[in-house]
Amino acid sequence: MNSTTITLDTTGLLCPLPLIRAQDLAKGLAPGSSFLLLASDPGVYYDIPAWCRMHGHEIIRVEELSQENVIQMWIRTAEATNRINE
Amino acid sequence: MFPSYVHAGTGYSLNQRFHQVVEFVDMERPTTPREVKAIALLSGGLDSLLATKVVLDQGIDVEGVNFFTGFCVEGHTHAIRKRQREKIKRNNALWVAEQLGIKLHIVDVVQDYKDIVLNPKHGYGKNLNPCLDCKIFMVERALNMVGFDGRTFDFAISGEVIGQRPKSQKRESMAIISRESGANDRLLRPLCAKSLPSTLPERQGWVNRDALYDFSGRSRKPQMTLAAEYGFTDYAQPAGGCCFLTDQNYSSKLSDLWNTRGQRDYELDDIVLLKVGRHLRPNHRFKLILAREEGENNFLKGYRQRYIQIDIANHTGPLALIDGNPNENDLRVAGRIVARYSQGRNEPNVSVRVRFPDGEEKNLSIEPYSAHEIPEHWHIGV
Repeated sequence: MNSTTITLDTTGLLCPLPLIRAQDLAKGLAPGSSFLLLASDPGVYYDIPAWCRMHGHEIIRVEELSQENVIQMWIRTAEATNRINE
Repeated sequence: MFPSYVHAGTGYSLNQRFHQVVEFVDMERPTTPREVKAIALLSGGLDSLLATKVVLDQGIDVEGVNFFTGFCVEGHTHAIRKRQREKIKRNNALWVAEQLGIKLHIVDVVQDYKDIVLNPKHGYGKNLNPCLDCKIFMVERALNMVGFDGRTFDFAISGEVIGQRPKSQKRESMAIISRESGANDRLLRPLCAKSLPSTLPERQGWVNRDALYDFSGRSRKPQMTLAAEYGFTDYAQPAGGCCFLTDQNYSSKLSDLWNTRGQRDYELDDIVLLKVGRHLRPNHRFKLILAREEGENNFLKGYRQRYIQIDIANHTGPLALIDGNPNENDLRVAGRIVARYSQGRNEPNVSVRVRFPDGEEKNLSIEPYSAHEIPEHWHIGV
């Protein structure tokens, strides 16, 4: 969550595109990496936790900027031991 | 050179391993259930849920795949409309994968799928649904994928049932899908497999044919009974289709888009916008997309960089986008339509605000149309 965290901006995209973009980004990241997902579709409140549970990723923090209608999710990708089959 | 899925230390005797390796060389396929890997096409509906469960129960390692074509009913409209926002809509494919305890690939095929929609070799169904070509495309893509563990898939699983759908799930269509996808006998349809020729996974003994099913026809009762046996009580409603292209109204809007642009093509934004609002076409130069409620209003605001926007300055009312190249008179016609759907509909004049993508803005004073002044044929896809 420092200034070097990768930001994935999916605002304006409708589900499941934010999830697809997050999934594609996570595949290229090292285990245990963090990134910030920005989204405007509230469907991410379901999709992202379900995807994280499935693949061992972790949602570190969630915030909603109500004025901008933007949801912020900080996600940490699974550690190597958790994604041995991935 | 043995296939990559041949690993040392599988726990078999040397003799067993020798025979196994010989068979691998002959078949280029694994022979024991625990080494076999399948990919299941998951729409999020009941049939694919059950088909996958049947194979999982036979000890096969299964991953799921869900293809995002842009025409999926899942997600979009549920996210756009406010009244549906109050209950967050789950992604059914994700939910199904979780219930099954398998990993899911969600794949964006919007660009590649265009050719299926625009040039379906086997034509369209009742509307602009290229179901047969779609299925061929998806089976082929699925079998060419690589699993999360880097292994390829030995066969694909589909929830098709003979006679369930009029075009793509006829017996003869199923043979076409198997052949033209390149899957041939590597496509297993567990819910109706007993009524079809045996497939590779059955002949190899990876799955037990006796434990598969022979469902057929449009009735959903056998699936519901099987779901109850498995303890699945919460699943996507069986009657719901998963693709907007099967919808007559949606197909009318897509036809209109192609006809007026003079070419059969689309971008993702085009096909998303066909799901939103009322669509009215007063003439060939422009089409009006009117929000029906607050959620759609907010959604259409996101397109201010691409389309002319119209709303009513001095009354509550919908936001509308103009798609096309309207002249001055067209803008007045558009304004009169928008005014008709606003709180100012009974006023002699209302102020219409027109915003152009380049930031220019102007106001027009116009008289709202009365209900009978908007011809029925202006409405597209109603």
